[in-house]
Amino acid sequence: MVALSQERLASRKNGSVRRSSQPGFDRVFRIASLGSALLVLLVLAGIIGAMIYGGWPAFREFGFGFITSSVWNVNEDQYGAWVAIVGTLSTAVIALAIGVPLSLGIAIFLTQFCPPWLKRPVATVIELLAAVPSIIYGMWGLFVFAPLFAKYVQVPVSSVVEGMPIVGTILYARTPSGVGVLTAGIILSFMIIPFIASIARDILDQIPSVLRESAYGIGCTTWEVVRNVLLPQAGVSIIGAIMLGLGRALGETMAVTFVIGNANRLSGSIFDPGSTIASRIANEFNEAIGLQLNALMALGCILFLVTFVVLVLARLLIARVRTA
Amino acid sequence: MDTALQGTVTASPAPWGRVRRSRYLADRALKVVCALFTILGAVVLGWILLMLLVEGIGGLSADVFTHTTPGPGSQGGGIANALVGSLILTTLGIVVATPIGVLAGTYLAEYGKGSKLAETIRFVNDILLAAPSILIGLFVYMLMVQPMGGYSGWAGGVALAIIAVPVIVRTTEDMLRLVPGSLREAGAALGAPMSTVIIKISWKAARAGMVTGILLATARIAGETAPLLFTALNNNFWFNPNLMGGVANLPVMIYQFALSPYENWRELAWAGALIITMSILALSIAARLILRKEKAR
Repeated sequence: MVALSQERLASRKNGSVRRSSQPGFDRVFRIASLGSALLVLLVLAGIIGAMIYGGWPAFREFGFGFITSSVWNVNEDQYGAWVAIVGTLSTAVIALAIGVPLSLGIAIFLTQFCPPWLKRPVATVIELLAAVPSIIYGMWGLFVFAPLFAKYVQVPVSSVVEGMPIVGTILYARTPSGVGVLTAGIILSFMIIPFIASIARDILDQIPSVLRESAYGIGCTTWEVVRNVLLPQAGVSIIGAIMLGLGRALGETMAVTFVIGNANRLSGSIFDPGSTIASRIANEFNEAIGLQLNALMALGCILFLVTFVVLVLARLLIARVRTA
Repeated sequence: MDTALQGTVTASPAPWGRVRRSRYLADRALKVVCALFTILGAVVLGWILLMLLVEGIGGLSADVFTHTTPGPGSQGGGIANALVGSLILTTLGIVVATPIGVLAGTYLAEYGKGSKLAETIRFVNDILLAAPSILIGLFVYMLMVQPMGGYSGWAGGVALAIIAVPVIVRTTEDMLRLVPGSLREAGAALGAPMSTVIIKISWKAARAGMVTGILLATARIAGETAPLLFTALNNNFWFNPNLMGGVANLPVMIYQFALSPYENWRELAWAGALIITMSILALSIAARLILRKEKAR
């Protein structure tokens, strides 16, 4: 026994015991891992803290009225978030209205109809939509999509609906330039496709094929299988995927800044320019001083709270899809 | 009677056969609509790439890579400073994010596993993964730009790192979880401490997947604009070697130049857009290929 421990001592002195097997390194490694993981929590806490700290003067100055006021006047130092909140929500809703059917269609195509040899290229193309930088979507939207949209959609539709009740307000373009809330929503819908489609595809893929096969076995068509078996089975997970897309749409900045027109007023028409929380921050933050800076931070705080709630819901609804 | 029956059979009356017409049509409609939607998605990607090629390729010249961005109203110029600036900021972001992300992912997969703390961190990481990048810009503005008294490349690098970390954490954890437990047990049975098992066995087995995660994170942050607006900003000159003050970078340069009234600025914006998009797409495809090759093994 004594001889053994003496032998170990000797070997340690000789350095034949490797460094990494010393308990010291093991503990350092463990602590470094834990520390890095805790850093993730710290970053989220830091973002929350920074937003509240930065936005506090604006919240204190305007109180609850900050959310409901639609005034944004730099000269008189009066700020309200309502226009930006409405813009953010309406672009996101339009994005979902267009993007969700597109994404689900793509997910269904990939899982049900696509011939096996085509699956991988198509899936890659759809995923690459997420790799294109947001600013490139903005340039495409502004320089390619908007002129076409103005010529072939805004002008004809406006001339048809002019004077009609309700529709004449919602779909009337005072200045058919192509940019506006609807354009931003359409561009956003393309941007959220890859996120919703890839999760929806994974969810559909995970449904046991026995279920599908038995439905086909009693004579169902593909439509009936999708409608009555797959979608109910996927259920809330699909809603989770949609919420994730909503989170993306709410916070998207550069593309929207390019195509929304950055107008600071409330309009009844979705053809008219508007602004979102993110686009206003991107536009004004670098020149902002004093209370304006705090008001923009307060806007950021509101955006954070909304996306946080949406993303938490998304995470809870999606049973985490593992790559296993 | 007989001939009539034969006639209907040979004429093969309706493609829907014994299925009721409305069911057949609904099924057909679904197929057509799904295929059309998929084609639409592909068309959008193709259209964007075509636009970049058409508008950008004319602007590509040797000057683009050798000259700095021109001032307002001056002729010619290039985007050399923005290219180098973007490389530096992206590298900085990845160099900061990789050790943190890999270690945090390792914690989740190897130490934390199903514990409450690990679950919380996983949850928060998923939220950070989708959090609006502009808010991360605001956060780093408060954290670094205001205290340091000005824009800097360091702040830009940190903002990009914060965006990259969740991507690396997620892929690292996912890849480590694919490593069979028996490998770790074999290592532990030889008397290797946990850290050795992780470094020499788990990391080694999951190497390709972890590299993929880092590549994907690079692709993600290389095109980010919003977080750089309030941190690294941009300028038209070579930046300070100590990275203090505005540091030129491609995304913000594109943003400012594309919306400018100067013809040569817009041309440079298109050239920059082409370069950055192609690099990012190449990175994403390379990452996928590595992963596929590894899975095939």
